Amino acid sequence: MKNLIKGKSLIVALMFIAGSFMISSCSSDDQQADKSPSAKSEAGESASVPEYGVGPVKEVSVSNPPDEALAEKGEAIFASKCSACHKMEGRYVGPAMDGVTERRNLAWIMNMILNPEEMTKKDPIAKKLLAEYMTQMVYQDVTEDEARAIVEYLRLNDTN
Amino acid sequence: MTSCNVKSKGSPDGTDDAARKVYVAPGEHDEFYAFLSGGFNGQVSVYGMPSGRHLKMIPVFSQHAENGYGYSEESKALLNTTYGNIPWDDLHHPKLSRTDGMADGRFLFVNGNNTPRIARIDLTTFETVETLEIPNSAGNHCSPYPTNNTEYVVAGTRFSVPISDEGGIEDIELEKLNEYYRGSISFIKVDDKSGEMDLEFQILVPGFDYDIANGGKGPSEDWIFFTAYNSEQATTLKEVNASLHDKDFVAAINWKKAAEYVKQGKYREIPAEYFHNKMDKKTHVASSEVKKKVKVISPEECPDIMYLIPTPKSPHGVDVDPSGEFICVSGKLASMVPVHSFSNMLKAIENKDHVDVFESIPILKYESVLAAEVKDIGLGPLHTEFDGKGNAYSSMFVSSEIVKWRLKDFEILDRIPVYYSVGHLMIPGGDTHKPDGKYLVAMNKITKDRYLPTGPELCHSAQLIDISGDKMKMLLDFPTIGEPHYAQAIKADIVAPKSKKIYRLDENEHPHATLKEADTRVERDGNIVRVYMTAIRSHLAPDNIEGIHLGDTVYFHVTNLEQDWDVPHGFAVKGARNAEILIMPGETKTLEWIPTKTGVTPFYCTDFCSALHQEMQGYARVSPEGANVPIKYWLGDPKK
Repeated sequence: MKNLIKGKSLIVALMFIAGSFMISSCSSDDQQADKSPSAKSEAGESASVPEYGVGPVKEVSVSNPPDEALAEKGEAIFASKCSACHKMEGRYVGPAMDGVTERRNLAWIMNMILNPEEMTKKDPIAKKLLAEYMTQMVYQDVTEDEARAIVEYLRLNDTN
Repeated sequence: MTSCNVKSKGSPDGTDDAARKVYVAPGEHDEFYAFLSGGFNGQVSVYGMPSGRHLKMIPVFSQHAENGYGYSEESKALLNTTYGNIPWDDLHHPKLSRTDGMADGRFLFVNGNNTPRIARIDLTTFETVETLEIPNSAGNHCSPYPTNNTEYVVAGTRFSVPISDEGGIEDIELEKLNEYYRGSISFIKVDDKSGEMDLEFQILVPGFDYDIANGGKGPSEDWIFFTAYNSEQATTLKEVNASLHDKDFVAAINWKKAAEYVKQGKYREIPAEYFHNKMDKKTHVASSEVKKKVKVISPEECPDIMYLIPTPKSPHGVDVDPSGEFICVSGKLASMVPVHSFSNMLKAIENKDHVDVFESIPILKYESVLAAEVKDIGLGPLHTEFDGKGNAYSSMFVSSEIVKWRLKDFEILDRIPVYYSVGHLMIPGGDTHKPDGKYLVAMNKITKDRYLPTGPELCHSAQLIDISGDKMKMLLDFPTIGEPHYAQAIKADIVAPKSKKIYRLDENEHPHATLKEADTRVERDGNIVRVYMTAIRSHLAPDNIEGIHLGDTVYFHVTNLEQDWDVPHGFAVKGARNAEILIMPGETKTLEWIPTKTGVTPFYCTDFCSALHQEMQGYARVSPEGANVPIKYWLGDPKK
């Protein structure tokens, strides 16, 4: 919707981007891999990755309707640390957030925030998203409590 | 053929053993950080030891085009002096801050030799955070020397100059210079917690050349020792005229007593103008303060603070052994190293064992203070360090060797050739009361054929020597940057755990920070245009800017919104007449741009940050002066 490149040119552009990604992967991407905390573990474990992905959070307990005070906190954190790449509607640097709490397990969303490098290496959905968007989800030094607040903000957004 | 060559020049025991000792496997870390002075490049380079890997360049007294230090609006003030903004200096001696006489890994102090300054580097960020100009100084060479708890950092002048009581350096006939000139030794108080420096007082001393200093330890910890040459007080053709006497001096100064005199009010305050520049921890913006006065004391008015010990001609290094008893002096022109005894010195002071008095300062009797002369040590001794196992190691500039000798009986034990003309040498903690006597680094002044030739200009070379056994063993050659004058090394596990990974966005108090993309904007105030920009993989916001006119000064205040380790973004705009800037995660940095041509002007991220780094770019439209083009900006949506 908000893509600046459309139709055929989009495909060409993506091929080009994919090409340059492959070329650069031997330098910058390998460096990234060495720096990540998971560098020493083996890749290719996606088959056994659980629904909540890879990270510290296994389940999220929620109240209904969403906690508005918590969501407000989440909104402020989202504005400073996430909104440069994610909008509610439409593709931006990363996917649109509308409906994300319905598409994904809530613990998965938190792990994606808390542990993006390992997620995009091991979790099958996150790997696919990286291939689609070509930009590594950024580690933003968000605490577990802050990630929980962001999820509440996204839940509130999805109920409205 | 090659191995033959390596064997004869390098490791006599073969290279395999040496290679094993310096090999640090990929992904593994070195045991030590080594901080090597950059000399004429005004920087400090950080190496891993024993690998010799270059880890970082820390710009201090020189602008650094690589990251914008000294070019960015935030860092410019660090280079302010009473001579204006000086973007270069000759950086000589690094010294680590100390607690209980041991390097504590908090700060590194360094001196600017040419335009006298002392700087402090914070070792959580490896960045220069403070620079202090030293008034009444010229050739700030014998500095900076910390006392054992970093109560003071001491800085001395190499050139004596006619210091005026009315402030400043006098304009007098050079033929009468030696009737007027004096040296100054500055005592910079260091704040216990913040590390912040403050020039507390200066001792005005006789007009000699003061060369190198080192502090005492243990019994001698209240004292600091300086080599003083040119006792002839020559002012021309010093090469000849400063070599007429058969002895020069070690100046012993009781810094504790001097500080007490100042506390008792026995000082004069004289006008002095000097800059004190500090980087604010919260805003990351450096600012300058001009100080107007300095307290001075003199040995005439404050007895017992200074004594002169005769010492063989043209002394250079003065190094105190780990016990604090032996003061080893290297006379460049002597073929021996005199070792003075601190306890003998105290006795000579007590017994008034003087041979003379120089401007009220007692000159003690050489033979009464001397412990021993280490004879036939080599040619051109310059410096000595210690291994903590009772041995000393002296560098020989002329005969290009390191000589190991024993403090117990002053016997020479071993010598190893170095390539070539070694100046300083360094053992980790080798200047403290508890050295880590595993490695020695020789810093050589001449490189010649050691590496592949690179035309007339060659890197200086350092050599790593294993000193853990009876015989010294050559392990490694590595090129250095600039000209290292001394170095410091410290166990990595003291420094590494405290190393900052990011700057936290929620602690960013920069006056022009933009902490979220929604707040990005462009504002005009007269002919000043401020772009409040953010950077995150992989876009700059805003990336389309209109309404800039010729005659404007544009400030790009770029905040890096990343919060992940090692994800800097860069920023450059076409035609900018300074450097680009590198912005660390969570930091805000400012590039000044005065457009000189109309037209659409691109800007971009200079640090390969992601797969879409090449897309991280934008346009600024520059219109003629007075054109009717309003400020307008956007990212992705021109309707904004």
